[in-house]
Amino acid sequence: MILLRNVHKSFGAQKVLDGLDLDIPDGKITAIIGPSGEGKSVLLKHLIGLLQPDSGAVEVDGESILDVRRSELNRIREKFGMLFQNVALFDSMTVFENVAFPLQEKTSLSKDEIRGRVLSALEDVGLKNIENKFPDELSGGMKKRVGLARAVVLNPKIILFDEPTTGLDPIIKRAIHQLIKDTHAKFGFTAVIVSHEIPEIFDVAQNVAMLFRGKILQYGTPDEIINSTDPAIRQFISGSLDGPIQMV
Amino acid sequence: MVQALGHTTIKMVREMGRLGWFMLYSLYMIVRRPGSLVHVLKQIRFIGTKSLFVIVLTAGFTGMVLGLQGYYTLTKFGSEGMLGAAVALSLIRELGPVLAALMVTGRAGSAITAEIGIMRITEQIDALETMALDPFKYLVTPKFIAAMISLPLLCAIFDVIGIYGGWLVGVKLLGVNPGAYFYEMEKAVVWRDVYSGMMKSLSFGVIIAWIGCYKGYYAGHGAEGVSKATTESVVLTSVIILVWDYFLTSVLL
Ligand SMILES: Nc1ncnc2c1ncn2[C@@H]1O[C@H](COP(=O)(O)OP(=O)(O)OP(=O)(O)O)[C@@H](O)[C@H]1O
Ligand SMILES: [Mg+2]
Repeated sequence: MILLRNVHKSFGAQKVLDGLDLDIPDGKITAIIGPSGEGKSVLLKHLIGLLQPDSGAVEVDGESILDVRRSELNRIREKFGMLFQNVALFDSMTVFENVAFPLQEKTSLSKDEIRGRVLSALEDVGLKNIENKFPDELSGGMKKRVGLARAVVLNPKIILFDEPTTGLDPIIKRAIHQLIKDTHAKFGFTAVIVSHEIPEIFDVAQNVAMLFRGKILQYGTPDEIINSTDPAIRQFISGSLDGPIQMV
Repeated sequence: MVQALGHTTIKMVREMGRLGWFMLYSLYMIVRRPGSLVHVLKQIRFIGTKSLFVIVLTAGFTGMVLGLQGYYTLTKFGSEGMLGAAVALSLIRELGPVLAALMVTGRAGSAITAEIGIMRITEQIDALETMALDPFKYLVTPKFIAAMISLPLLCAIFDVIGIYGGWLVGVKLLGVNPGAYFYEMEKAVVWRDVYSGMMKSLSFGVIIAWIGCYKGYYAGHGAEGVSKATTESVVLTSVIILVWDYFLTSVLL
């Protein structure tokens, strides 16, 4: 259970999160949707303590992650895996080394076991025979998938995905969504997915939260969101240019 | 005006606080979790081994120029026999540690800042954090340890090559008595000179890693942020080395 209470966050004069409340239930896939630049990535970084709120509370499994000692924070972070929006692969390591890195640092598996786990994680995301390439030798979609493999390779309890399928072709997108659903069914992790994939994400997530103007505008099952009467949500889902969401 | 001054002062004090904290935390991490040997060895290779060529080159010419200048000065007093002592003392006490450190700053200090700075702006440091790994353990402490090991060794090499550079010019070219060159040197150089030179280069190693890592760790935005950090890193490291050198010399003399 991840819990955000009255979270405020500004960058300079720009208010990004404005008294946001959100409960992310255990063992479910929660999607966060919302217009570009509204603060979805900022929100995600608050869940793992990469950003601290100006005020408010963030708790993971009943423990606050704010103002705690580094060792405490690290103990809590061990529950997490994270895929960054821009992937953030280690660019001086090969693909293999990137995915193997968490295993090497966090487990006592043998070299052979690590090799097996890395190759199967890469295969799960549809990548083969690229282990020895460096990140800058990959296409955008391939990088994304390597990042995905790195985020899940330790079987974390909670996984944060920041736009896991952006920039992927429709078939791979489908495969990744299926992969998330399948591994979720198998391991039952808690997932938070920031996504622009509408309507596909409604088929993946069990809960959806719409972020708008620094707050969660509505939180509910995909059906509830799809049938929402809120004008902003209706506009967002239909992709209409007319409505409360204005491009500036 | 007053406000601007106050603003700058606050910024400077904060920066110095951060710098101090960075150093203390790095030293603490060296004691607590020095990082893996592989990382340290890689860094020694980068900071130390790969600086060898430029160190040998500069040391050779520094020694040779010392030979020339020393000879010119000493003949005025008819004591060119003291050339070996003069060359060795200047190198061991002063020029070896300082010049070696400045060369390493230009070669490795800038690279350290660029490497860490790029990892910062591409969120690779954040990625380490989300894996519950302390970035210091992977990026900072290995560089500190490597610089503390490499610098004294590079300095020793600088001294030896420099002494032979002086010998080449003084003895081979200008005809100083070869026996006198080394005999006077042995007589003049005491353990304390070597010790103070080594202490200097050890502390210069700390400064190079400290400022290099710090500037990268707090690099600003984008390619320009990293390039600015790199420049600042080299300038600041060089300045601190020279200032610190003065203080150390006055204490160790
Ligand atoms: N480190 C930062 N410093 C200053 N401003 C920031 C920072 N990170 C994000 N912002 C600002 O916060 C706002 C929200 O950014 P965020 O990246 O969370 O958007 P997003 O909802 O993820 O958008 P997208 O869907 O395009 O990824 C943006 O206006 C951005 O300019
Ligand atoms: Mg985003």
